[in-house]
Amino acid sequence: MSDLKSPRAWERIFWPVAAALLLLCVWHYAVVLTATKVFPSPLNVEKAIAELIHKHLLWADIEDSLRRVAVGYIAAALVGIPIGLSLGWFPEAHQVVNPVLQLMRPISPIAWIPVAIVFFGVGDPAAIFLVFLASFFPIVVACAAGVASVPVLYRRAGRNLGLSNFALLRKIVFPAALPQILIGLRIALGVAWLVVVAGEMIAVDSGLGYLVIDSRNSGKRYDLVLAAMLMIGVIGLILDLAFRQLEKLKSVRWGFRHAA
Amino acid sequence: MRLPVWLRPILFILVLLAAWELAVRMHPGALIPGPIAVAAGMLELLQHGLLLKYVVASLFRVTWGFVLACVTAIPLGLALGWYRRGEMAFNPLSQIFRPISPLAWIPIAILWFGVGDLSSIFLIFVGSFFPLLLTAMSAVHNIPDVYLNAGRNFGLSSSAFVARVLYPAVMPQLLVGMRITLGISWLVVVAAEMIAVNSGLGFLIVDARNAGNRYDLVVAGMVVIGVIGLLLDVAMRSLEQIKSFQWRSSE
Amino acid sequence: MPEDQAGSTPGNGYKLRAEQLGVIFARDGNHIAALEGISLDIKDGEFICVVGPSGCGKSTLLNAMGGFLSPTTGSVTIDGQPVTGPDRRRILVFQERGVFPWLTVEGNIGFGLSELPRAEREQRIAHYVQLVRLQGFERAYPSDLSGGMRQRLQVARALAVNPDVLLLDEPFGALDSITRVIMRSELLRIWQTERRTIVFVTHDIDEAVQLADRVVVLSSRPARIQEILTIDIPHPRHISSPRYLELRDELLKQIGLAFEI
Repeated sequence: MSDLKSPRAWERIFWPVAAALLLLCVWHYAVVLTATKVFPSPLNVEKAIAELIHKHLLWADIEDSLRRVAVGYIAAALVGIPIGLSLGWFPEAHQVVNPVLQLMRPISPIAWIPVAIVFFGVGDPAAIFLVFLASFFPIVVACAAGVASVPVLYRRAGRNLGLSNFALLRKIVFPAALPQILIGLRIALGVAWLVVVAGEMIAVDSGLGYLVIDSRNSGKRYDLVLAAMLMIGVIGLILDLAFRQLEKLKSVRWGFRHAA
Repeated sequence: MRLPVWLRPILFILVLLAAWELAVRMHPGALIPGPIAVAAGMLELLQHGLLLKYVVASLFRVTWGFVLACVTAIPLGLALGWYRRGEMAFNPLSQIFRPISPLAWIPIAILWFGVGDLSSIFLIFVGSFFPLLLTAMSAVHNIPDVYLNAGRNFGLSSSAFVARVLYPAVMPQLLVGMRITLGISWLVVVAAEMIAVNSGLGFLIVDARNAGNRYDLVVAGMVVIGVIGLLLDVAMRSLEQIKSFQWRSSE
Repeated sequence: MPEDQAGSTPGNGYKLRAEQLGVIFARDGNHIAALEGISLDIKDGEFICVVGPSGCGKSTLLNAMGGFLSPTTGSVTIDGQPVTGPDRRRILVFQERGVFPWLTVEGNIGFGLSELPRAEREQRIAHYVQLVRLQGFERAYPSDLSGGMRQRLQVARALAVNPDVLLLDEPFGALDSITRVIMRSELLRIWQTERRTIVFVTHDIDEAVQLADRVVVLSSRPARIQEILTIDIPHPRHISSPRYLELRDELLKQIGLAFEI
């Protein structure tokens, strides 16, 4: 973009690290200069992380959050992918169902909590239900869009070769739609992670979200709050990166040549 | 018999509503009300003027938080995206901040801003800032070189270049990102209101349940949330239709 | 402006001049020589075509002439002055997506004219709309236009700022063959109306023979000037005339293509 020479390989590490250090310095001096008693400095947070690890609390909470995400997300995928594929395959069905989807999608999963609690009570199932809801819509939408965007000429080529409907779906349409489906799955995972944390702040008593709220409520431990937030960010990033690695597999790669 | 196209989704919704009503009737004493009770609840809210008041409160917070995020994140993101090193520096950090649910910021929001409007605006700001920043950085990347070269060819000054080539070129992608982020903001405001404020649609849901198990109002609130969220989305989409904003990279 | 000899014209009478121009790209530690030792003198108002095999560096040459690339060795001068960066005196016309899709036809043509007073700007825009025959489409957006019309728009936009040189990079390459033929005669008509120096890159031999005063043949990478052919047929050129076919065959031979299939 700019006219400077091409960045070297080492710069890929250098600049992010420099930016992070800059942020830490600004943070540290802001705390020092304002002489705040409540807001922690980077060092406090580092100690808090160590404390959490030491007390084995961190792993338990991380496990709980991840578990809820896993169950809710996989359930949403198992239900959502077939539905999404069908909607993409039958445009008339999509046209009928779409308005309902569009109406339900903007309702924050958190707003479902009272209803969820009625059906599932307070605890794990409610949180899992929230994750399910949050992941369901992006998955359905992405699958439908993926199938719908498969060029008609691929389907025709398949018919030409005498493929039955199911074979057509499996051998041609699904692989062609896969890049978009994967992007939708990745986004859904990101949303699931956001929602599980939010859900844990209200409806359960374990997990990273709960850690955030509880650290404040029982003792104004803002260092723990920030430690938990940092963990949330890092794990969310790891989930995203892991998924992107999946997208890099050769059999999927071709669809991404024109994307990002 | 072929039904007219526009009729089919409406019929589908009616069928769902009917099934819902039936399910409720079959379980007397169920806490969750049927659609008719929900409609009555909505009317009640309208009559007391609460519905309008809560809708305005929620929209007010979303608008402020979202607009603040736009005017800070977008120019910053465009500038960072323009300089490859800028993006290299701040992309990883942004990627760490983005997965942190805005609600996780609640303790900090309350610490800095107390309970109330400012808190929720802050939460929406945080929830919108990083997605918008990343969108702007990516949008600059995706400007075809031809446009940039043509801009340089005509000898534009830097400020003219930014105003007449850069911004128009990133507009379509920015608008899509803004629409998606607005959707996220709407989700966040409702959640934030459920936890940290005393008015708005999110609060309505929590309050209706806490003060008397008024699940008809709870569901009424959910329906209104869905409708307004959809309207916001439609409004943004219509912005995308403006011809001078509208172009596709593949012509 | 160097005043070395009394009465000498800047650039020695040449509008655009490349002297021992060389361009080497460094990519991931590898050095790729795109151009080597290109020396070319182009007179004012001349129509030059540059042909060569795909990927040989024709676009690189154009970019260097336009000032979008700095030469690794040698120099490019215009009117005797070295080219140091892009500016309005040398406008590039691209193969695809060259026009700004967010501006109308008028907006595109007027893009370089913002410093002019309104009346003059509108007059110029109207003049070029007429010249490229886009009347009636002033308020249209590029997405409403066909490929050929968009290329005409690009040419109009380029001409509107009164450049000395037009650099065209396979401008008709994305068009269907019938449109291409029409566009060639359009370009010639425009060139004969408002004379500019033109450097036109193409991989189409016929196009080169039909349009150019001189054809520069580049070798494959690293590109050197293999041959410069003078097309001595006056316009309008008949594409079945013996001299045309002769020159065409000569060009094919230069590129190393058999002319019997």
